[in-house]
Amino acid sequence: MSLSLELINVWYIVAAALFIYGLKGLGSPATAVRGNLLSAIGMFIAVVVTLFSKGIVQFEWIIAAVVVGAIIGSVAAQRVAMTKMPEMVALFNGSGGIASLLVGWAALYNSGNTTFTHITIVLSILIGGVTFSGSLIAWGKLAEVMSSRAIVFGAQRVVNALILITLVGCGVMFCLEPSLTSPYLYAVIALSLVFGVMVVIPIGGADMPVVISLLNSYSGLAACAAGFAINNNILIVAGSLVGAAGMILTNIMCKAMNRSLANVLFSGFGAVKTATRVEGEVKPIVAEDAFLILEAASSVTFVPGYGMAVAQAQHVLRELGELLEANGTEVTYAIHPVAGRMPGHMNVLLAEANVPYDQLVEMDDINPRIENVDVAVVIGANDVVNPAARHDENSPIYGMPIINVDYARTVFVLKRSMAAGFSGVDNPLFFGDNTRMLFGDAKASISSVIAEFKS
Amino acid sequence: MEAVFLAFVLMLSIFLGFELISKVPATLHTPLMSGANAISGITLVGALTSAGAGNEMVATWLGAVAVAFATINVVGGYMVTNRMLSMFKKKEVPSKAGGGS
Repeated sequence: MSLSLELINVWYIVAAALFIYGLKGLGSPATAVRGNLLSAIGMFIAVVVTLFSKGIVQFEWIIAAVVVGAIIGSVAAQRVAMTKMPEMVALFNGSGGIASLLVGWAALYNSGNTTFTHITIVLSILIGGVTFSGSLIAWGKLAEVMSSRAIVFGAQRVVNALILITLVGCGVMFCLEPSLTSPYLYAVIALSLVFGVMVVIPIGGADMPVVISLLNSYSGLAACAAGFAINNNILIVAGSLVGAAGMILTNIMCKAMNRSLANVLFSGFGAVKTATRVEGEVKPIVAEDAFLILEAASSVTFVPGYGMAVAQAQHVLRELGELLEANGTEVTYAIHPVAGRMPGHMNVLLAEANVPYDQLVEMDDINPRIENVDVAVVIGANDVVNPAARHDENSPIYGMPIINVDYARTVFVLKRSMAAGFSGVDNPLFFGDNTRMLFGDAKASISSVIAEFKS
Repeated sequence: MEAVFLAFVLMLSIFLGFELISKVPATLHTPLMSGANAISGITLVGALTSAGAGNEMVATWLGAVAVAFATINVVGGYMVTNRMLSMFKKKEVPSKAGGGS
């Protein structure tokens, strides 16, 4: 049995509606699970009706490939630790990208391709290739397989411009004289993979939230281009929805760092400016004293950063939060939009540790009332609480909105040792009069404060 | 004309995407991203048509590999999003699920 093209397209409309409704559901914690389910149903419908189309005559390869993909995908999704989520998202992005590249390539073998089709084929190869290799590099940086620092070299921009120009040139040549084995085709494939590597290597670890959401957007645009190449509505609709969603997130991340997208992509974070080094004396504190201050506090705000993910301190943090609440303290968790390595990273980790989402507050909500917070506890965050962003014009993060923990009555900073933070800037917060440093592994430090509470 | 029509669809979808996402709270940024990522696995539909069209062997192979990768993207993306979302809880009666340290 096979369905007519019209009927398939009717079902595609249903699928598109479910995607839209699903994305809308993802906008609120109460409806998010259902939204994701609806979107999955939409995907299921789209896949099943496609299998019933007249064009599909052989199924052996499809079945084998789907089984392999489903096994890998489901095992990966179930096994991955929540702290490794940025890496996982990067890899999923990458597989979407390479799939779009291959779909574009395979579309060359269809009959009756016009010049417009060839242009869209080149586009889907280009965007898909950049998404794939860029995501792999992002994964490498996140998983610390390679250095997460920005890799910058002198003529970088010139080299990148040359690659891009050659890439576009080869694309044009291919479209003028398309053939299945055109050398320009292979050049486009190779160069787009190289270009993906080149655009991600100059971006440092602290800028990863921007890159991840940008690559997410690209994976949608790649699917969209592939949709043009094979004349398929649902690919265009779903792909451009994702492309737009990724752009919005990218924009939110850039705003949270007060930088333009161009600045994030091309400047190489921390590679250009060096902040005025601040001199001062740190005031260390031990767990017993920290406990006494926390016990007497009536409001406590935790400010987590990437260090919390590294130390896996989210569970002990939640336990401390519960003890403080039982003690009558008002507990909140203040999350900076770019804390961690992907948008919303901290929120996911705290949710994993059973922290209710209504206890999480955003930067703009906490800053106006931070003066009334008795103790702000900074756990593994650095740049997002660095007061140099407010007043030191030499600082690479100057102008970035921060959580003003230094205005709280007391600040505890949990820090492994006195090394400079990720971006290599010294943080005047550490020398503040109201700042106390609790040195050691974040998880161990919090555990010892909890032990004090229980004794 | 076909291309113009598709471009029209494209424009409307992009505007719709912007509208849908612009008010999402920061708490949900990660699930939103991985959920959207799963949707971008829609390229699976294109991969299926290439792998099953009975074209030349090369095209079938390219399509089959694309099907495998796109399936990873779709299945993994939806499952991991669901896993994350099921952890987001509102504050209720204080939970007794202690420990974790």
